[in-house]
Amino acid sequence: MKVNGKDIVLKETKTLADFLKENNYNLERIVIELNGKIVSKDKYNTVNLKDTDVMEVLTFVGGG
Amino acid sequence: MDKLIIAGHEFSSRFILGSGKFSLDLVKAAVESAGAEIVTLALRRANTKTEYNILDFIPKTVTLLPNTSGARTAEEAVRIARLSRELGCGDFVKIEVIKDTKFLLPDNYETIKATEILAKEGFVVMPYMYPDLNAARDLANAGAATIMPLAAPIGSNLGLLTKHFIKIIIDEIKLPVIVDAGIGSPSQACEIMQEGAAAVMVNTAIATAKNINEMAEAFKLAIIAGRKAYLAGLGRVLNFKAEASSPLIDFLEDK
Repeated sequence: MKVNGKDIVLKETKTLADFLKENNYNLERIVIELNGKIVSKDKYNTVNLKDTDVMEVLTFVGGG
Repeated sequence: MDKLIIAGHEFSSRFILGSGKFSLDLVKAAVESAGAEIVTLALRRANTKTEYNILDFIPKTVTLLPNTSGARTAEEAVRIARLSRELGCGDFVKIEVIKDTKFLLPDNYETIKATEILAKEGFVVMPYMYPDLNAARDLANAGAATIMPLAAPIGSNLGLLTKHFIKIIIDEIKLPVIVDAGIGSPSQACEIMQEGAAAVMVNTAIATAKNINEMAEAFKLAIIAGRKAYLAGLGRVLNFKAEASSPLIDFLEDK
């Protein structure tokens, strides 16, 4: 699958919540877009990732 | 009490601070020195290695104003605005649509399209724009909460290059006009506030100053001074003549 523009091999099926925790993302500070659609936080535990998924993990940074 | 009102939200400060180009540990002090109640942010890909987030350095009482920087079309701006709102920091959004990579000038046409879509979705839309009166009218009709004309190219510190056209928008548009981009010094902020701008947004002028906190405070005071001068009403101007301030009678000599 692709995460933030980088190819990642998904060895086994896992939930979005597990993937984010394994990769040390701060769940309070991110928003997820999966295949062009926003995934709300209450769905993280129920969404299963597939190897064909394209995901963006986004956060706020300084900006004008 | 003189308040800045944006879509029903009241603010005591008329100083909007941009948070770009600062190291994170300087952001909090800059916000406090500025007395800012609105701070802009950008949305970017998250880095798992970064321990701290900018939200950890912005006081909770501050209203966050995410921008749509990086958007080249209305569609991209709408996407970024929706993602930003999902982060749970409110409905405010500063629309920024820029195709021109050399001068970073905003695309008014795409900005109007994005404003219309997002206003219908309940966003408080604050569009950054090139100061054109027709576009400002279209933005107002599209549901904008404020108009944010540029003073000069982003990050240039060049000052009020478009002052006359900003003044036209201030006079003709009923929405708060917030001057954004290009203001390089407190005196320029004061000058445009005197002309009736509702607020000023500053980022680079502070982030590139030698002393960030002192400059943030200098802008705060200048914006307050400019607002007071606007409310007081400037005295009249005499061209090519003078008028003595002291009485012209009872001099200490005989005629």
